[in-house]
Amino acid sequence: MSALVDTINTTARKVPTWPLYVLALLPVAWLVWQTFTGGLGIDPIKTIEHQLGLWALQVFIATLFVSPMRRYLGCNILKFRRPLGLICFFYVSLHLLVWLLLDLQLHWGEIWKDILKRPYIMIGMAAFVLMIPLAITSNNASIKKLGAKTWQSLHKLSYLAVFLGGLHFVMVQRVWEFDSLTYLAIIIVLLGLRFRQVFPKQRNQNS
Amino acid sequence: MAKRYTSDLTWNDVTPKEVFFNRRAFMAGGAALAAGTIGGPVTAQGLREGDTPNTFEEISSYNNFYEFGTGKDDPAKYASALTTSPWNVEIGGLVDNPGDYSFADIMEKMTIEERVYRFRCVEAWSMVVPWNGFELADLLNLAGVQDKAKYVSFETLVRPDEMWGQKRSFLEWPYREGLRLDEAMHPLTIMATGIYGKDIPNQNGAPMRLVVPWKYGFKSIKSIVKITLTEEEPLATWNMINPREYGFYSNVNPDVDHPRWSQASERRIGGGLFAKRIPTLKFNGYEEEVAGLYEGMDLTKNY
Repeated sequence: MSALVDTINTTARKVPTWPLYVLALLPVAWLVWQTFTGGLGIDPIKTIEHQLGLWALQVFIATLFVSPMRRYLGCNILKFRRPLGLICFFYVSLHLLVWLLLDLQLHWGEIWKDILKRPYIMIGMAAFVLMIPLAITSNNASIKKLGAKTWQSLHKLSYLAVFLGGLHFVMVQRVWEFDSLTYLAIIIVLLGLRFRQVFPKQRNQNS
Repeated sequence: MAKRYTSDLTWNDVTPKEVFFNRRAFMAGGAALAAGTIGGPVTAQGLREGDTPNTFEEISSYNNFYEFGTGKDDPAKYASALTTSPWNVEIGGLVDNPGDYSFADIMEKMTIEERVYRFRCVEAWSMVVPWNGFELADLLNLAGVQDKAKYVSFETLVRPDEMWGQKRSFLEWPYREGLRLDEAMHPLTIMATGIYGKDIPNQNGAPMRLVVPWKYGFKSIKSIVKITLTEEEPLATWNMINPREYGFYSNVNPDVDHPRWSQASERRIGGGLFAKRIPTLKFNGYEEEVAGLYEGMDLTKNY
């Protein structure tokens, strides 16, 4: 086991992070290709919209594995968390754009009504808004400027954002779906592992 | 009383067989030729300009039929497991001639017509479908509706071995739907048994399914095995799950907002990536024919 962990750590140190950004474009390129070759079924708009949302959630969940991997297994893959977070934001933004441009076609009356009146859209939109400051500050300069502590507190917003994302996926279904409930359950377990970090035990102030 | 509604056109007029089987290639091949054969008759009575019937492929591979899964392509994937022969429909309740009616007997007695209807899903997508079928009124008259009857309730087959979705409990099986008697007897209301002159595919509700073109699609219950005439408003599956979202009437209405989807406009399936949303019409465009059924009713309350 420790040999495996060592291998992972050594490899992780050697592998650069930039190829992740390139790899992240491949699924999008695949979607575009499928769109023009008729591979996305009878309703390509919905297929694209749902697929992008699903990828965003999957990558978001992947970022939640990074710190438990270190804490419980001793695997240090921390440097991949930032690219994964940014890729997640990239997919979420495309998901939103497809909804605005292709699905609702900038019918702003309907869009605002959707955001204000339909809980699953409101929640999805809230998750997106929470992710904006996180994406903007996902760079070393921001860590320096904000200070590590503030920066870390800010980035705890991702816990709320991923939970809302999972909730959005469950609520978008008309019935209780096994798949989306499984995603939400995984998210809840991964967030549960952090409970102590987010709400540390109150120390005795008198000592 | 068959043929109480005519739209002056059949699927033959609208889309010649060789065209609908090969529409994409055809349209790519010769837009001018297509304009002559498809573009012409669609303005005929009953259809709006731009109401081009969807292809057989579109109609038969994109729909909801939760008995086969919740994905839009699940019904087409899994419905071949369903055996539709022999098929009996149990007609009971407040009728003079209750009993099991075999599908073959029903077909012998009914007059099959072609009806090209708009089909509007509550999820805000729509199609145009050239159905074949008979007026529900004719079947109900065959059973002899008693005076006390006010509603008609319908049930879908329950056969989990062939309909795997029924092994899951996301809906309470059987799927049920209901209509008020005057809605059921309306000339627009049909039992569809075919599409494009072919037997209706399993995934679309073989061997017979309801089609009520002015209501959201989930009212048009599929693969019916039981019809009961009742005095009380019957149960309807989606209404049972979420009465706030799915009313008993569920008439297509752009002015009545749905908690889940704006109903002001719709996406017509088959138009491609950049097809414009089209405004949704009250009663799905059949206002002239059916508005009278709801005179004096507050449609925002009886949604």
